[in-house]
Amino acid sequence: MTDIIVAVLLLASGCLAFIAAIGLWRLPDFFLRMHAPALASTLASWLVTLGSIVHFSMREPGLSLHVWLIVILLSITAPVTTLVLARAALFRRRQAGDPLPPPLRGGDTRS
Amino acid sequence: MSPLLGTAIAITLVLYALAMALGLLRLMRGPSAQDRVLALDFMFVVAMLVMLVLAVRYDSSMYFEGALLMALFGFVSSMALAKFLLRGEVIE
Repeated sequence: MTDIIVAVLLLASGCLAFIAAIGLWRLPDFFLRMHAPALASTLASWLVTLGSIVHFSMREPGLSLHVWLIVILLSITAPVTTLVLARAALFRRRQAGDPLPPPLRGGDTRS
Repeated sequence: MSPLLGTAIAITLVLYALAMALGLLRLMRGPSAQDRVLALDFMFVVAMLVMLVLAVRYDSSMYFEGALLMALFGFVSSMALAKFLLRGEVIE
């Protein structure tokens, strides 16, 4: 029974990582491409973490929650990386004189 | 380990390998430098997921430390590369 749950979680995470890679490969623009890897760093790693928590909690006495640490770390670091990378892309496009994406309505776009 | 879980782990690893291959294609092809940094970050995340799945496969929690290190180094390296793209140097 436990093995079925772990297998389903791992397969779902594999499919999500593959979908993220397809998005990274197929989407036409950099700012569109930035959305795809978030799928791998949020839901796919959550599913793998849940799978390994279920697996190791059945093998060893007590809950083994230490894998949770990775998800906490990723949930802090992934937005920071995305934000800095988006700013770098905006800066480089502005330097090169390429067309920028339209500003958000009502937002402050002076970065 | 049941044969069901073994098969599922094998399929998951194959899917991860395909994802890493697509990320590598984007890293080599990527029209701009920020595309390459994004692809490198994605490949670090997928490599970390591979380590976690291998921990389930071999029933060992040693892989957990590897995955944690990989997440940390992925963050530091893509942060340094993005900072370099933004400012021209990493530490000012």
